[in-house]
Amino acid sequence: MNAQYVLGLGDDCLISSHRLAEWSGRAPGLEEDVALANIALDQLGQARMLLQHAGSLLGQTEDELAYLRGEREFRNVQLAELPNGDFGHTIARLLCFSSYQVALYSGLAAGPDPALAAIAGKAVKEVRYHRDYASQWTRRLGDGTAESHRRMAAGLAAVWPYTYELFEDRHAEPVPGLTRAGWLSDVGAVLTAATLEVPADDGWHPTGGRDGLHTEALGYLLAEMQHLHRAHPGATW
Amino acid sequence: MVMVLSEVRAVIEGVPDPELPMVTIGDLGILRSVELSGGRVVATITPTYSGCPALDAIAADIVTAAGAIGLAAEVRTVLAPPWTTDWITPEGRQKLQDNGIAPPGPTVLLTIPSCPQCGSVRVREVSHFGSTACKALWVCGSCGEPFDQVKAL
Repeated sequence: MNAQYVLGLGDDCLISSHRLAEWSGRAPGLEEDVALANIALDQLGQARMLLQHAGSLLGQTEDELAYLRGEREFRNVQLAELPNGDFGHTIARLLCFSSYQVALYSGLAAGPDPALAAIAGKAVKEVRYHRDYASQWTRRLGDGTAESHRRMAAGLAAVWPYTYELFEDRHAEPVPGLTRAGWLSDVGAVLTAATLEVPADDGWHPTGGRDGLHTEALGYLLAEMQHLHRAHPGATW
Repeated sequence: MVMVLSEVRAVIEGVPDPELPMVTIGDLGILRSVELSGGRVVATITPTYSGCPALDAIAADIVTAAGAIGLAAEVRTVLAPPWTTDWITPEGRQKLQDNGIAPPGPTVLLTIPSCPQCGSVRVREVSHFGSTACKALWVCGSCGEPFDQVKAL
């Protein structure tokens, strides 16, 4: 299996996990604080397994990969690094991302790389819970008050252009069952139930994360995530 | 002290889970195998969730438990087949229930727990996500008590 591909999947989880963890202590309610932290923890566990696997192919440790690479060396899709915005914005990002991960891991679990299949077989059960969570909140906010509907729709519109990148992975063999059409069917059903429109395609499809091209937001995220490790090289506890 | 494999296995199986100390790693199905190799214990465990922070503590506790019976231990981790709550033993489920934590239903069915305090089925899930990665938060509509459930996975 292509090490860069596994690295990209691990980076998706690591960066998304860090973003969700930024909600700790700041979520709209205690239950959501706990839920977002738990989802972040699942993603962090998946990131560790994927980065360990990528590291075994690249001759590096998971910590070296997580803490000692620069922005242009990260291979995550740009969707994962987008700032949290408000709660509706975060839920929109999580709905798009977790729906992608369910199809991705389902395909990889039956794939040819035994190590990746084992990771995916474990992770797919977790991301189904993430998708359930995001779907429920999408419905509650979309089909809620005028204000919650407006915010959910705004969050969806903001993240939507970044979802095209999920399906244009040039470093990967095609994953069975992972298509934009299938994803759109899954996400579209949730949006319909939430009285939300599928955002129109205006042709703007930002991309490049898998080649190390990122939005302005990633550098700030890495500065916070990596500064302790870089300030104290080799420190352990 | 000479112990046969079944006695060693019983010791390792009896290691309590760090986050659910009323049940053992044997009860939870986390312990996949115990073997003796060259006078050492080789124990194989599997994580409940990818990010379960208890796994390192469990490995350390296994080494300590083996040391208490005079054996060195090596702990290996496997991911496949993935852990499922269907591996929790009937004894483990009873211990959870007795300690106020609703056990999971079978993964093939969509089931709701009964309140571990009063037994009522008038319960409502507050959140899929609870005090640890493996638990959901519920509340009982009869006695009003919130309670954890080990959620089906």
